[in-house]
Amino acid sequence: MEIDRALEWLQDSRIASTIAENDILFPWIESVHVLAVVLVVGTISIVDLRLLGVASLDISARRLTRDIIPYTWGAFAVAAVTGSLMFSSDAVHYAHNRLFQVKLVMLVLAGLNMSVFHLFGERDIERWDAPGATTPTAAKAAAVISLVAWVAIVSLGRGTGFTMH
Amino acid sequence: MTLNQICQWIDETALSQSIQIVGWVVPTVQTIHILAIAVVASSALMIDLRLIGVFWPNRPLRAVTARFMPLIWWPLLVLLATGAVMIIAEPARSLKNPAFQLKMLLLLAALIVTYLLQVLRRRNAAFGEVTGPRAAAAALAVVSILLWSSIIFAGRWIAYFA
Repeated sequence: MEIDRALEWLQDSRIASTIAENDILFPWIESVHVLAVVLVVGTISIVDLRLLGVASLDISARRLTRDIIPYTWGAFAVAAVTGSLMFSSDAVHYAHNRLFQVKLVMLVLAGLNMSVFHLFGERDIERWDAPGATTPTAAKAAAVISLVAWVAIVSLGRGTGFTMH
Repeated sequence: MTLNQICQWIDETALSQSIQIVGWVVPTVQTIHILAIAVVASSALMIDLRLIGVFWPNRPLRAVTARFMPLIWWPLLVLLATGAVMIIAEPARSLKNPAFQLKMLLLLAALIVTYLLQVLRRRNAAFGEVTGPRAAAAALAVVSILLWSSIIFAGRWIAYFA
């Protein structure tokens, strides 16, 4: 298959084969990946729980989002780079791993959910972000989808590790 | 009883044997463990960044600790429970593992640093606030960030020392 040939080219690349052949490079990259993922999930749930009306109610959702999401994005960038490096070291196997495939689908879902909320859900945020006001159902739904997606992503990531070796 | 005997004893219990047979238990428990670490590490980071002064510098520290400090302590119960399941499943792989032993020492240090922050704030309510001693608070926060990051690293390295 065309894709497999591209994946083989990727895993034969200098950087990928260095990671695959070196004993300690992979665990170091993996550790940074776990640290980054942990911070993505932890920080995004702070925002999700605020949208659900569970916690951080003393601060506006808009301000909380503005203050927290930059950390989520920073951690996500690190997770994406380290994840791609691990993927490249054994690209064909990862690409054919069912759990890994579902993980990528869940990542796309999490991304779409965030974009939809950003484009539409946040438009009338000034109306419902007043102290004591409740969040609209659409925003709560976005928060639930986000929490479920990230829990699934962590589970599938751990599952991928277990089914690869 | 030596460490070897303890490991062997745990390994032979019915509970350990059942966990070893049911393949999905360990990855599931590890996932819960990681999710609980996400809560603890992110909560610690929020408090630490506030102490350093880069996050919410204008909000009182009291508001930040009220929100995040319980989320450092309570998930520890989940971490201890899931960690115990992993030890019971594979006692020698964890208890005799230098990465695991280091992780436990780092955890102890992180908890002491967290408790120390609470003690210092109880003695001096201005500790870590804009008006209080900032340098000591920031130093404590940097140590805390390094410790929690190292704990996560050591946890991942358990798999490679086994």
